[in-house]
Amino acid sequence: MAITDDVLVIGGGLAGITAALSAAEYDTQVRLISYKQSTLRHASGLIDVLGYTPDGQGPLANPFDTLEELPVGHPYERVGTDAVRDALLFFDAVTDDAYAGGHTDANALVPTSSGAVKPTARYPAGVESGLASDPRDTLLVGFERLPEFNAPLAAAHLEATGVPFDVRGVTLDFPGIRRDDAKVIRYAHILDHDERVDIGRGETVARPVLAALVSDHLDGESRVGFPPVLGDDNHDVVRRDLEERLGVDVFEVPSGPPSLPGLRLEDLLYDALEEAGVRVTTGVEVVDYDSSNGHIDHAVVDRTGQRVPYQADEYVLATGGLVGKGIDSERERVFEPLFDCHVEHAGDRYEWFDGDAFGDHPFARYGVSVDAELRPQKADGTVEFENLRAAGSVLGGYDFAAEKSGSGVSLATGFIAGVRAGEVGQ
Amino acid sequence: MAYDTTVLVIGGGSTGCGIARDLAMRGVEVTLLERGNLTHGTTGRMHGLLHSGGRYAVSDQASARECIDENIILRDIAGHCVEMTGGLFVQRPEDPDDYFQQKLSGCKECDIPARVLSGGEAREIEPHLAKDVKRAIEVPDGAVDPFRLCVANAIDAERHGARIETHAEVIDLLRDGDDIYGVTVRHDSGPGKRTHKTPGSTEDITAEYVVNASGAWAGQIGDMADLEVAVRPSKGVMTIMNVRQVDTVINRCRPKGDADIIVPHETTAILGTTDEEVSDPDDYPEAQWEVDMMIDTLSELVPILQDARTIRSFWGVRPLYEPPGTGTEDPTDITRDFFLLDHAERDGVTGMTSIVGGKLTTYRLMAEQIADHVCAQLGHQASCATADEPLPGSENLEALETAMDDFGLRSPVARRSKQRLGSRSQEVLDTNEPNPVICNCESVTRAEIRDAIEQSGSDLNAVRIRTRASMGNCQGGFCTHLIANELVDEYDEPTARAAYDELLQERWKGQRHALWGEQLSQAMLSYALHATTFNADGDTARSGQAIDFAAFDSGQSDSSGGTTGRATTDGGTQRTDQGGDR
Repeated sequence: MAITDDVLVIGGGLAGITAALSAAEYDTQVRLISYKQSTLRHASGLIDVLGYTPDGQGPLANPFDTLEELPVGHPYERVGTDAVRDALLFFDAVTDDAYAGGHTDANALVPTSSGAVKPTARYPAGVESGLASDPRDTLLVGFERLPEFNAPLAAAHLEATGVPFDVRGVTLDFPGIRRDDAKVIRYAHILDHDERVDIGRGETVARPVLAALVSDHLDGESRVGFPPVLGDDNHDVVRRDLEERLGVDVFEVPSGPPSLPGLRLEDLLYDALEEAGVRVTTGVEVVDYDSSNGHIDHAVVDRTGQRVPYQADEYVLATGGLVGKGIDSERERVFEPLFDCHVEHAGDRYEWFDGDAFGDHPFARYGVSVDAELRPQKADGTVEFENLRAAGSVLGGYDFAAEKSGSGVSLATGFIAGVRAGEVGQ
Repeated sequence: MAYDTTVLVIGGGSTGCGIARDLAMRGVEVTLLERGNLTHGTTGRMHGLLHSGGRYAVSDQASARECIDENIILRDIAGHCVEMTGGLFVQRPEDPDDYFQQKLSGCKECDIPARVLSGGEAREIEPHLAKDVKRAIEVPDGAVDPFRLCVANAIDAERHGARIETHAEVIDLLRDGDDIYGVTVRHDSGPGKRTHKTPGSTEDITAEYVVNASGAWAGQIGDMADLEVAVRPSKGVMTIMNVRQVDTVINRCRPKGDADIIVPHETTAILGTTDEEVSDPDDYPEAQWEVDMMIDTLSELVPILQDARTIRSFWGVRPLYEPPGTGTEDPTDITRDFFLLDHAERDGVTGMTSIVGGKLTTYRLMAEQIADHVCAQLGHQASCATADEPLPGSENLEALETAMDDFGLRSPVARRSKQRLGSRSQEVLDTNEPNPVICNCESVTRAEIRDAIEQSGSDLNAVRIRTRASMGNCQGGFCTHLIANELVDEYDEPTARAAYDELLQERWKGQRHALWGEQLSQAMLSYALHATTFNADGDTARSGQAIDFAAFDSGQSDSSGGTTGRATTDGGTQRTDQGGDR
């Protein structure tokens, strides 16, 4: 027997969640179905909209000055600038005070663990006091057993970018961590629960001990940056507790995977899905579909070997790009594996990439092309299916890594795909 | 005259490092010059096969005998570089029976232990062999880590007083009449360990005797003194798989051909190879069809290769040589034997000998013979000890397991470290400092990285060949920055950044030939991580571009700056001048 909803969103990343949430604003039953873990855990938790133009100009102080000038086929050009604004407002409403940056159109420059600054439109509230345009002197704190963030190196790198403040880095032993290979979640839990640690300094629980260690190194700085391990479930409490004990602002420096800020965002968004009444099915794969007259009738889901039809009026394809396997490739071709939507690409695989590691890689722009309604198009420009829309990095026509536009495109296209699907599906 | 050094060796591959070690152990003062990293030429670009001699048992029995002798010696003196996987010569139904018989009798004639297995028995050893393989000959092939082997020779040479200079390119031979008395060398960053962004210098180094051990580049060195050394560089492709589909060396048992060997190597399997003469060992085409042929042809032996994931491909250049007048057309027919060319005898120019041809398995023998020759020229009485003296890392290997703790690491990590470090494990890993894993794919810890940095300076490719860090599935995507971070105690930030950029680029270079399926996804992830989160492509520390920080958001609560919606005034600079940006 088929499982029936009004809107079926395939994919559990930022685009899929946004699509499900915005579709649920209408009088619809929405289901989100996801297979693997989303790539949010690889992401820094920053919400970038546009940091550089497609030809490399930047960092852009204001992404909205440039959105109108993007080439035809770019996802932002498809949905329009107003959609980007609407999607950001929607995101701000969903995340409430967990995220900041909505007070201005301007990009923020966020120091990341490498010591470079990254232009971004929204950032976790716990990142705010670390922004590079804030001229206060800064102390960065790294930990011996967390090789990802080398604080003295990051500080020197930041100074090399010309930041308007002095910055130093120190490396400390994290209280309560004895194992060389402890995971970041372990650090976060020690702080979350203020676990007992005894390093013979009088204090016996984690947060006061950490604050005392850091305090020894403060030399007039009014803010301190840590790797993003300041709690998981109680992140706010941990940060404010440290701020109180140190008497300075405390912020996190976003880093690469595994990324707690990405996981915190994921948790927050899944809570929002539940609140919005979206049905969520995880850990199952869409393996097939049935269609008639250019219309998808149902998707076929593999549930422990059983093929179960999932039926809806409207479908949103938010399966991700090359990383998430929403776009896949073989020696001879690049393709969209679920509905076999057309993916424009060079025939010779040696033309898929550039010889330079940060060159102009065609593969980074591979994905499905869509009409203004975000419906995937065939090579001849006609739509693949009347009731299928695509959102997020399954879309082609932009290089999110070079532009720093990945989250913004996921939000804007997810939002519009959800709105359109919701309008039709209600 | 007083010379700067007694013997000067050109080339830091296995042969050059072997010669430096041999001479140094005999008490000869020796200086070795390598233009890149150790192994930079052909040694670091081979399939990692420790020959049993089986491959040459029909066509080149002299080489085959040398191989089995050296195979046995290397297991002994370089145990920590060798994995005795065993090897199979596998016959498919369409492969000729008479060649199978010749191979078998050839092995016996050369004293290579060989036994015949039925197809079923062969598949019991290697379950992924094709169902229709007919039979196989089992021989004592093995896998050897050329990086570890070469570096161990260099370390031991240094222990015996040798001077080893990497990133030191010979740009001229010093010749006075009919005598060669030294070289002019260009240091990438000055003598000693390489430091990124340090200006270089040139130096004349005089020597009583010069050994040209530059392999495929021996002709170019010869040219500097108007001597003709007719090496015939021949390229071959090797394709690295992400896992070991086989644990035994698999050879195709047919007369000759491309794509006929699979070597299990560390965590990977390496497919090889082609054989095509090239005019310039530094500039030759690396073609898609070569990679495709490795996969398609070797899938006839091991069908799961067809859809398996490859992580990169690389090409090496063999330093083939044949005496003038031989005139062999096809490079696959050129002998794999080595030749010692004394330019005094050959050209009437004293002071230099070139060594050409040969292969990694016989590097020690080549080094012994040339060291004998050099000692004879110098009138130096000393005998060779390299066949008996274990290399650093291979001393008392049998006692290692029992004598060592696991250094508080998870045991799989400690096991991998021990495999790489051998008897040096305790010295390197026994640290009181925190020792987190830096490269997860290959389980390389901070202590190993720092040991390698101590040996080789700020060059992360040198760290890579010593530790295997960044050589696994992610190809450095998750660890390049972590390895670079480890430089910070000794080097400044711009040096660490330059080293990071260089390693990332090197890792990209080989992956380009594997960019489809899983590895293209991996490449996109790596690109996204380094460009998105670290903004390495748009980084203004690299480009030197000035940012108007006041034009950007400084936070809602900040009152000191932070305007809204103002366009950047200086953001229009192209990011193309530095740092490899788009």
